[in-house]
Amino acid sequence: MKTTNVMIVGVGGQGSLLASKLLGRLLIDEGYDVKVSEVHGMSQRGGSVVTYVRFGEKVYSPIITEGEADYIISFEKLEAARYAKYLNKNGLIVVNTQQIDPMPVIIGAAEYPAQVLDELTAKGIHIEALDALSLAEQAGSSKAVNIVLMGKVAKQFDISYDKWIKAIENTVAPKFVEMNKKAFDLGYNS
Amino acid sequence: MKKLLIGNQAVAAGLHDGGLGVVSSYPGTPSTEITEFLSKYDDLHSEWAPNEKVACEVAFGASLAGARSACAMKHVGLNVAADPLFTLSYTGVNGGMVICVADDPAMHSSQNEQDSRHYAIASKVPMLEPADSQEAYSFAKSAFELSEKYDTPVILRMCTRIAHSQSIVETTEAIPAVLKDYEKNPSKYIMMPGNAVKRHPFVEERTLKLQELAENCIYNTVEYGTSDEIGIITSGCSYQYVKEVFGDSVSILKIGMPNPLPVNTIKDFASKVQKLYVIEELDPIIENHIKSLGINVTGKEMFSILGEFSQKTIADAFGIKANDSVTADSPVPNRPPMMCAGCPHRGMFYTLAKNKITVHGDIGCYTLGAVPPLNALDTTLCMGASISGLHGFNAARGNETEGKSVAVIGDSTFMHSGMTSLVNVAYNATNSTVIILDNSITGMTGHQQNPTTGYNIKGEVAAKVNLEALCKALGINRVRVVDPYNLKECETTIKEELAIAEPSVIISRRPCVLLKSVKALPSLNVDANKCKSCKRCMSLGCPAISMKNGKAVIDNTLCVGCGVCKQLCAFDAIN
Repeated sequence: MKTTNVMIVGVGGQGSLLASKLLGRLLIDEGYDVKVSEVHGMSQRGGSVVTYVRFGEKVYSPIITEGEADYIISFEKLEAARYAKYLNKNGLIVVNTQQIDPMPVIIGAAEYPAQVLDELTAKGIHIEALDALSLAEQAGSSKAVNIVLMGKVAKQFDISYDKWIKAIENTVAPKFVEMNKKAFDLGYNS
Repeated sequence: MKKLLIGNQAVAAGLHDGGLGVVSSYPGTPSTEITEFLSKYDDLHSEWAPNEKVACEVAFGASLAGARSACAMKHVGLNVAADPLFTLSYTGVNGGMVICVADDPAMHSSQNEQDSRHYAIASKVPMLEPADSQEAYSFAKSAFELSEKYDTPVILRMCTRIAHSQSIVETTEAIPAVLKDYEKNPSKYIMMPGNAVKRHPFVEERTLKLQELAENCIYNTVEYGTSDEIGIITSGCSYQYVKEVFGDSVSILKIGMPNPLPVNTIKDFASKVQKLYVIEELDPIIENHIKSLGINVTGKEMFSILGEFSQKTIADAFGIKANDSVTADSPVPNRPPMMCAGCPHRGMFYTLAKNKITVHGDIGCYTLGAVPPLNALDTTLCMGASISGLHGFNAARGNETEGKSVAVIGDSTFMHSGMTSLVNVAYNATNSTVIILDNSITGMTGHQQNPTTGYNIKGEVAAKVNLEALCKALGINRVRVVDPYNLKECETTIKEELAIAEPSVIISRRPCVLLKSVKALPSLNVDANKCKSCKRCMSLGCPAISMKNGKAVIDNTLCVGCGVCKQLCAFDAIN
């Protein structure tokens, strides 16, 4: 069985660690060998962050390199473009259309490539874009962008809806369970 | 039960299940979570020490008392703990002792790329190096036995990709912590020359015994491949990359004990393969050992001494074709880390940059004061060097720089190694001005308590260092406290203290905005009609402020209402 490669990318502080924790827990319950590589420390301070999730019969390397990713789940538009080269030719990018300006753009030293998703689509990359921030706010918190995106991507994996919901119940703090379930549904049905 | 654990959590579980009694550490990426996870166990003593030297000595004391003990640190932390390490090699242990050290190839969150294996060789202490979380667990657990059997501390070497990667761990039955008897033994534990001279031969004999162990142990393993064409000697995460590329097609000698290295095992392996390679990140330590045995091997001429590897590094080196990939045509701007919106360090750095002050920086979130647009730092070397460096700078240039240079150091870093530097400023009398950036937490490593916060590792109320009283006790007569959200107060105070011809300390006090106890104020907004597009607010480098259609705008999801930008606006456009 081929190893499946999933990258979760975004901006430090957007909650990508919770997303990888949720996915990792589900995959281990399905009986896969799983490796998840996280980022801690300096890059968490608003920098570009990437988490690698790999699963299959036997996984060796904890990281994913160029041309290997089957899925890229991007919490931000520019980050989808930054990591697009990691996607394999049959891969899928699921991207939150939110734009977060990095410091070089803020101070006017660089330009934010606003049309970058269209550029990638034109090159034949399969992209599913959604406004996960609005959906998260609709669910009750802008912090639930991560769960909206997991809802969007959930159908790609051979894991039932009920198991996803159960994993959310087991992973997030009790008082946020209902809000996160709503966020998951909004992503799932989008 | 199978669990998905990051390497550091697996180390914590292994140490606990190996019968750990006492752990003392100083946080440092990528080692921090080892001790954070250990603090969740109630059947052992855990603590944050002020620095790694203290932590290592605490672990030694606990070992002497008969407990199994540990300390954990990042690679540069072992520099600080090197003093006890080298003599601990001579005293050996009573209860087993493990020193966990985490290297950071590629410097994800570090100031250098040093290879801790040199320390194991130099101090003549055995070192273990796991290649995944399962090994992190079992190596940590077994390290205590190794330590007690050979009467030596054991170094457990992690690297970022092992420390922060989750993989599956099956735990085994926990060994309950026991206290061995303590007996006074001056010839073993008092390392004065007459005793140490007798312990050194013991260390050399121990190394010979450990070399024998290296030939036949659970740590070094051989996997013969389907072909004898290629043989690869590797260790740690490099092993995973090799397996990813070659699967079972090549022969592999995996080194899980990088010190001391085996001799016969390597000779035997080399004789059974046609072409021998060594693949190791950072320095050519295994390679030099193999070459010293007169064996022909290819290593650093194919694999860099710099950074970290991946499966691609190895595939490329062997000429294996990579997967095709597509990139965007538009340039993708970098996204460097930066100080958070509302970070209390920002107001202070803005003031220092505005007044063109030479700033000696230190290790922590505030190192980010170096990046544009603030560009506020002149130097960052190591923990505590801001204050001692400033003193040396002023000692060399005197009046010329005393009035326009400062040191900045965080509360935790000041506890770690700033205090002795400040004593030196007072004792050897330069008119230096030191700014302690007191954000009431150890920030960069992810919010650990320290002696200035008033809480211990478990969040219980603890003795709290009074920084003002401490600085005075160290010989500094002028100690002032400012709120870094108040730009006018910052500027006046800095100018006054720089003008005074005596050493001084300014404590810039405001808790980190990411602390749960800090409640955000309502977000500010820009009145587009009043905004004159002067971009003065942009000079703060606040991620919440940007220019849209020629006017400044504030991102309400990021702004915490600190009000620093409002103080800069000459047109009263921010409210």
